Amino acid sequence: MLNSSKVVGLPLPRIDGPLKVTGRAPYAAEHFAPGMLQGYALCSTIATGRIAEIDTSEAERMPGVVKIYTHENRPKAARRDEKWKDEVAVPGHPLRPLENDRILYDGQPVALVVAESFEAARDAAALIRVRYEAGEPHTDLFREQANSYVPPVLRAKDMAPPSPRGNAEAAFAQAPHQISAEYSIEGEYHNPIELFGTTAIPAEDGSLMIHDKSQGSQNSHDTICKIFGLNPDKVTVRNSFVGGAFGSGLRPKHQLFFAVMAALDLKRPVKVEMSRSEMFYLTWRPSCIQTVSLAADEQGRLQSVMHHALEATSRYEDYQENVVNWSGLAYKCDNVTMSYEIAKLDVSTPGDMRAPGAATGITALEAAMDELAYEVGMDPLELRVINFVHRDQNQDKEITSKALHACYREGAARFGWSERSHEPRSMREGNELIGWGVATGIWEAQMSPAEARVSLSAEGKVVVSAAASDIGTGTYTILGQLAAETLGVALSEVAVEIGDSRLPTTSVEGGSWTAASSGTAVQVAGRMIIATLLKHARKMDNSPFAKATEDQVELSDGRLVLEANHQLGVAVSDIMGEAGLTVIEEHAKVEPDKAIQKKYSAYTHSVVFVEVRVDEELGQVRVTRVVDAVAAGRILNPKTARSQVLGGVVMGIGMALEEEGMVDHRTGRIMNHNIAEYHVPVHADIEDIEVIFVDEDDDKASPIGVKGLGEIGILGVAAAVSNAIFHATGSRIRSFPITIDKILESETMQ
Amino acid sequence: MRHFSYTRAETVSDAVEALASDPQAQILAGGTNLVDLMKYEVMRPAAIIDINRLPLRDIEDLPNGGLRIGALASNSAVAYDERVKERYPLLSSAILAGASPQLRNAATSGGNLLQRTRCYYFYDPATPCNKREPGSGCGAIGGVNRIHAILGASDHCIATHPSDMCVALAALSAVVEVEGPDGRHDIPFAEFHRLPGDHPERDNTLGQGEIVTAIRLEGNHFASHHTYLKLRDRRSYAFALVSVAAAMEVADDKIVELRVALGGVAHKPWRDFLAEAEFAGEAVDEVTFRRIAQRLLTGAKGQGQNDFKIPLAEKAIVRALRQAASGRPQDQAVKAIQ
Ligand SMILES: Cc1cc2nc3c(=O)[nH]c(=O)nc-3n(C[C@H](O)[C@H](O)[C@H](O)COP(=O)(O)OP(=O)(O)OC[C@H]3O[C@@H](n4cnc5c(N)ncnc54)[C@H](O)[C@@H]3O)c2cc1C
Ligand code: SF4
Repeated sequence: MLNSSKVVGLPLPRIDGPLKVTGRAPYAAEHFAPGMLQGYALCSTIATGRIAEIDTSEAERMPGVVKIYTHENRPKAARRDEKWKDEVAVPGHPLRPLENDRILYDGQPVALVVAESFEAARDAAALIRVRYEAGEPHTDLFREQANSYVPPVLRAKDMAPPSPRGNAEAAFAQAPHQISAEYSIEGEYHNPIELFGTTAIPAEDGSLMIHDKSQGSQNSHDTICKIFGLNPDKVTVRNSFVGGAFGSGLRPKHQLFFAVMAALDLKRPVKVEMSRSEMFYLTWRPSCIQTVSLAADEQGRLQSVMHHALEATSRYEDYQENVVNWSGLAYKCDNVTMSYEIAKLDVSTPGDMRAPGAATGITALEAAMDELAYEVGMDPLELRVINFVHRDQNQDKEITSKALHACYREGAARFGWSERSHEPRSMREGNELIGWGVATGIWEAQMSPAEARVSLSAEGKVVVSAAASDIGTGTYTILGQLAAETLGVALSEVAVEIGDSRLPTTSVEGGSWTAASSGTAVQVAGRMIIATLLKHARKMDNSPFAKATEDQVELSDGRLVLEANHQLGVAVSDIMGEAGLTVIEEHAKVEPDKAIQKKYSAYTHSVVFVEVRVDEELGQVRVTRVVDAVAAGRILNPKTARSQVLGGVVMGIGMALEEEGMVDHRTGRIMNHNIAEYHVPVHADIEDIEVIFVDEDDDKASPIGVKGLGEIGILGVAAAVSNAIFHATGSRIRSFPITIDKILESETMQ
Repeated sequence: MRHFSYTRAETVSDAVEALASDPQAQILAGGTNLVDLMKYEVMRPAAIIDINRLPLRDIEDLPNGGLRIGALASNSAVAYDERVKERYPLLSSAILAGASPQLRNAATSGGNLLQRTRCYYFYDPATPCNKREPGSGCGAIGGVNRIHAILGASDHCIATHPSDMCVALAALSAVVEVEGPDGRHDIPFAEFHRLPGDHPERDNTLGQGEIVTAIRLEGNHFASHHTYLKLRDRRSYAFALVSVAAAMEVADDKIVELRVALGGVAHKPWRDFLAEAEFAGEAVDEVTFRRIAQRLLTGAKGQGQNDFKIPLAEKAIVRALRQAASGRPQDQAVKAIQ
């Protein structure tokens, strides 16, 4: 298989897999340099107030301690917000670590100890005495509802809910079937396996090499250069390997600032790695309270959709995400209002977490759709099918493709949905009630501007370079596959270099856009190489290409050939030899097609079928079966694609049943700030999960037909689980996660 | 973590002497609990006495058909020991319901008895906790207390003992063998752990300088009528919200002897000997099971977030009694509750 160049679409293993499983793939905190120091941050234990006094004298006497930084002695850094704003910053004033004595959230760094070893730094940090003047914390979103507001400055143009269409209130009042319900979701905290870490290594010549856990080396690079006024040409940021990120690494974190600050100040390499507890103070999916009201006619056709969401943000920034807009575009409806507000809490700024906004909003919308199905007396899948719409009603645009009917059909068949009995509590086996639930998922199929450099040598070796990141998604592999296929070489002949700020410009890896964006850039660069080869080949004696145009030729097994007749061709080595070249290198720059964007929206779709079994007496829930049918355009690699969706489903099960930060609102402190007590699913929680990719041709979402897969897997899962729990037990539980106590307290379990 | 001295004990009396002479010393066995607590600055021993070289790893047959489990026998070694599986299947099952395979390989029997509570506040030195710092107050009362006690708590502490293994040992009326500066003695399991009262800083009744050398199992094996049923927030790798070790001797559809120990509900594995005795001679049926459950939970009190544990415990007891009576114990490899 590997010897053939036709590798796009094959379920190939990751090309970086062997490095990872043998421990030879170094992560950000696994780089070493002679004389390297270790930093350890001390974090605040109050949620609001100020530092009245900070005494580092005892800590400084600890053997091995080199320097302790607090707000009293922190080296100078930029002051203006603009300098601290990264590529994906949100409106507000980014936190400047150790800038002053103010405490804005529990876990805010208050000191950095730099020592000869990690242990010395950590032990010294425990000896720093901080006296706080604590204020009264406000961390309970339910209690802050009165202080909510519409974000005055939008994070991005499309963040605001679209203006209402039709008259949702009136249509709701007139419709024969109505439901209205409130849903709440607790805050979820990013805990990828790799902790946040940065190694900063200054060199004699004044240059600085930084290894940073990040979803964008160039974002970290540009931000840190602005903060310290560094010459961008002298600074390199690398994120060659990333041990999971899910959005947590989109914005630079304070360990990057600390490592660079100390390395510049002490003129020595410095590494700062966070502890697991610190992960709970960094970036999180905000807690959210939503109300969804839906109305339908006798046939189940949606007459009115109203969706309001309130989310938490911090004192210092207005985090925003697109929670409600999905309700205006998932189904056909002419009367829609959507609104979104935030409220300030004494917490760290929330951040993007896998399918930010959608995971939250679609959970409520799809739970509400299930309630409506029962109100109308209709099969929940049928309700979705009859409200299908092949148009983006929010933006009044066409959509590039939507093979959701195929998802409904193939997913339902695979799951056996037709065997379902409608009545709740009507299916059981042994001590368990069985419930089947369904939900739809949607995510934007985005493409962002991207660049890539590709080179082909006379011997047929290919090098692909782009600053893109592989956060576990398979970027290395799919870029390699695209280059191999375009240039007609085996995948083993392709070297992929990514994760380095010096490489061609790419956005942060997020929003599932990397495959579409960087993938297109690689393919375009590859085609440019073919064009260059053709140009030289035309000049050769007796060239079979004298009249050939670029789209009539391709590369196959090291030869430039006519697409129509592979017999007619010339070896690449001969073309290059004749032209006096050893390598051809091309640099491509791609961006979304404005004309297409004006006319079309692009989305990825899915449907999730879930079976739960609930112990009738004890309320224990098991998710025994999941079928997720996905329409995501062209699948470059079914193996890495399936992994993405599987991971998303697992995360969705966590969202449905387990994940929650438990905050003591008296102090504003998250009490389960470790992964023994903050629960995510373990192997025993996961039973059968099946992923189906339906065929979907799309030549507009991106030039290579790809829509992206990073987020779609989580979408709909939490709703489908809760709908299945209703079907099993007859109780609607509208507060996530659905833990055993909520099941036991529900009306039908009494 | 604070600096500490490290000594490797070569004999039990060395270990006892070292421990007795230094109130700041701690025993290191598997380290799965102690080392975590040291990293979190919850426990700050000045001296560590490593007992891993002591000859306490064996599981020995006793003349009366019982077993003596050395304090250093790993949780896995005990759970998978053929004699334990055959004679005391309740113990094997309870161990397998706990932690993860990796932890069970490292964790020792003695360490399991002495593991500290998982109360969030106990684990977080930035919060008040009478168990960690006597007199500082109890953060969990009025706070995040979903996992806390419903029985036997005090105004000073509402923590639970987190072990699964100990719940089975309580039901089996094990005996803890202890060696200290004053020699060796036995502690009946029910007297080993204590209720918090005014001194939540004391988890158990071990004296200064005493170490656990073995756990002895004698008497009734309850091999035919027993079960360990554990309810938790995920199917593995989570501590019990409520667990039940039930064992009974049955003749002519009547209870001859009843044992029920509860985990996750109190500062110690909860047993009520008087209540158990009251049910001797009662019919083995649902009505009795429900009466037993209600009787055992007399006086149960929630703390707010953990109120649900009272009905959960009641239902869990009934279910466990059903499993034990029918001779079909919960299989820890089966995810459904049987
Ligand atoms: C994430 C996680 C999940 C877990 N889940 C569960 C679970 O579901 N159920 C469960 O039951 N347990 C669970 N455990 C706890 C585990 O069972 C204990 O950590 C383990 O049994 C402790 O044994 P150890 O040998 O490692 O003890 P150590 O950590 O070495 O010691 C613990 C304490 O006991 C003292 N000590 C040890 N041996 C002796 C002795 N012989 N005499 C006197 N004092 C002694 C030590 O000084 C120390 O204070 C979990 C642990 C973790 C980390
Ligand atoms: S319940 Fe006990 S262990 Fe927990 S905070 Fe209170 S005193 Fe400490």
